[in-house]
Amino acid sequence: MAEAHIPHPDLPPPVSTIGVIGWLRRNLFSSPLNIVLTILAVYLLYTALPPLLRWVLWNAHWSGDNRADCPADGGACWVFIRVHFEQFMYGFYPDDQRWRVKTALVVLILSAAPLFIRSVPGKIKMRLGLSLLAIYPVIAFVLFKGGLLGLATVETSKWGGLLLTLVIAGVGMTAALPLGVLLALGRRSQMPAIQTLCVTFIEFWRGVPLITVLFMSSVMLPLFMPAGVSFDKLLRALIGITLFQAAYMAEVVRGGLQAIPKGQIEAAAALGLGYWKTMGLIVLPQALKLVIPGIVNTFIALFKDTSLVLIIGLFDLMNIVHNATTNPDWLGFSTEGYVFTAAVYWLFCFSMSRYSHSLEKRLHTGHKR
Amino acid sequence: MIPIKTLTTAATVLLLTTTGMVQAGVTLDGIKKNGFIKCGVSDGLPGFSYADEKGNYNGIDVDVCRAVAAAVFGDATKVKFTPLTAKERLTALQSGEIDVLSRNTTWTSSRDSAQGMNFTGITYYDGQGFLVNKKLGVKNAKGLDGATVCVQAGTTTELNLSDYFRANKMKYTPISYDKSDESAKSLEAGRCDVLTSDQSQLYAQRIKLAKPDDYIVLPDVISKEPLGPVVRHGDDDWFDIVKWTLFVMVNAEELGITSKNVEEMKKSTNPDVKRLLGVEGDKGKDFGLANDWMAVVIKQVGNYGEIFERNVGKGSSLKIERGLNALWNQGGLQYAPPMR
Repeated sequence: MAEAHIPHPDLPPPVSTIGVIGWLRRNLFSSPLNIVLTILAVYLLYTALPPLLRWVLWNAHWSGDNRADCPADGGACWVFIRVHFEQFMYGFYPDDQRWRVKTALVVLILSAAPLFIRSVPGKIKMRLGLSLLAIYPVIAFVLFKGGLLGLATVETSKWGGLLLTLVIAGVGMTAALPLGVLLALGRRSQMPAIQTLCVTFIEFWRGVPLITVLFMSSVMLPLFMPAGVSFDKLLRALIGITLFQAAYMAEVVRGGLQAIPKGQIEAAAALGLGYWKTMGLIVLPQALKLVIPGIVNTFIALFKDTSLVLIIGLFDLMNIVHNATTNPDWLGFSTEGYVFTAAVYWLFCFSMSRYSHSLEKRLHTGHKR
Repeated sequence: MIPIKTLTTAATVLLLTTTGMVQAGVTLDGIKKNGFIKCGVSDGLPGFSYADEKGNYNGIDVDVCRAVAAAVFGDATKVKFTPLTAKERLTALQSGEIDVLSRNTTWTSSRDSAQGMNFTGITYYDGQGFLVNKKLGVKNAKGLDGATVCVQAGTTTELNLSDYFRANKMKYTPISYDKSDESAKSLEAGRCDVLTSDQSQLYAQRIKLAKPDDYIVLPDVISKEPLGPVVRHGDDDWFDIVKWTLFVMVNAEELGITSKNVEEMKKSTNPDVKRLLGVEGDKGKDFGLANDWMAVVIKQVGNYGEIFERNVGKGSSLKIERGLNALWNQGGLQYAPPMR
């Protein structure tokens, strides 16, 4: 009887290709060049990390409430941040009114939460999203500014810190996207008047630096107004930023529109769809999906650009930190202040970037290769 | 101090003349209608104007506005502060966004004339100086021949520095920095021997160093930077009130009236004191203010010396000497016309 062929059981893979060693060989020491680079990187970490950690953590001062608690011994003074933390968050918003900002934040989180839950049907999300877009700014404005429903008025000049940064970024983003879409559609329009108007608008706003726009809005604009009429400085900055970003957004969206094959529009026409239905149901959903990275890129740039309002004397996060470093009781802690600011900006920008990644993955329908 | 761009100036002047929006006498009327003074201050300058952890404004420039509010309303809190950058400040005043600019602004001829401003006095005599390490053993600026000097790039400071060394036939090596923090670090690391800036700023720079006591500010001042509050042309009554609020504070120091003893001083037999505190005469009517307005200013804000010491002098962490800002009879330049 012929012996049945029993294949030799699989040998374990060579030690050098599995586990930690295998990972190291594959990723860090796969070629002479990579070996050199790895050693270089380790050396750099070795020289840079210990002093950094010493400054940030081990020698750092955490407790206390004045500069005497921060002797100069090579450690960061996080006391400076802790003492000013509330101010960095709210600016000069009055202490006893800060609950209003917190309420607005809670309302936003609760009402926007369903948008991020996958099991909620798309139609409901759509309606919720649109109504949120229409109603929430009003709620937030009434809560922040007051003067209605028995709330004390808080002048916009008192808004500051992260609150102001988020207000500017939030308004800029929500207003610039729809405006940008309209401009992009207008630029591709068959009607010469609309096309010329949109092209002029886009090219004008793209042609001037944001810093100039802000500067003009705060320095030149008041001179054209009748005496005594003062136009809110924050509002001026918001309008400037929105128009500026809308121009950029328009070009990003136009990139997406151009990627949609003509056949799609012709097919829509064959089905009897009019212009707005063609755009709203066929073209834009595909185009916007394509340009998510571009849109998020513009949003991130906008978020960081908000710090430019410091040149017109608005106390956003960056400027309020700068202000705190000019307090004679806290001179010399600017490094701590700016490290903290950088960390906050990074946190927000990185979250936006991750969210855009997950959005791209979720909306992925096989057009990518 | 950074001079405003000539172009902007020309443009604003043109606009002002064409629109002609600020009419005579309206400033004080507007202030009384609003019930508060709109005061432009710096967006953060140690000792002059900054907001503390609680968001309260502090500094010499801030106290000047409080004093004016005390004069007009009898209440030093009736001020709305608008933080302004160096570039915005003059336009904000021209356009009526603020009523008085108290933002370490140097009194220059072009600002006083072409730009439609009126300087109401001098709250601080500043000037460019030098901060050196004591180890260097230098006692005055003449000993700085051959020194390496840290200076802020693109400011008049740089120009003054080169003028001074050239005039005195001395050599130096400049190192330019964009940020004041960088130049302080550089001085500490020994990359330069001397740091130059306006004196009031040098004291702030010194605090940033790890061992402030190892460094001294040399007594020499190589440029004139008289700082004071500014109002716009067109309302002389308002101009007078701001101007005399400053004079009252200086006169009060000279007469020994402080915020603490103002009530007792009302019983004084000295006619100057009596007039200033409104016990005698009607010094209020001339200005269209309450008769005891000067006493209120002193009581709520203090005399010039008190403001100085509290914000930049012994009572603050800056520890600036009175120097040029001492009273005229104590070797300084602070001098006010008499009240009579």
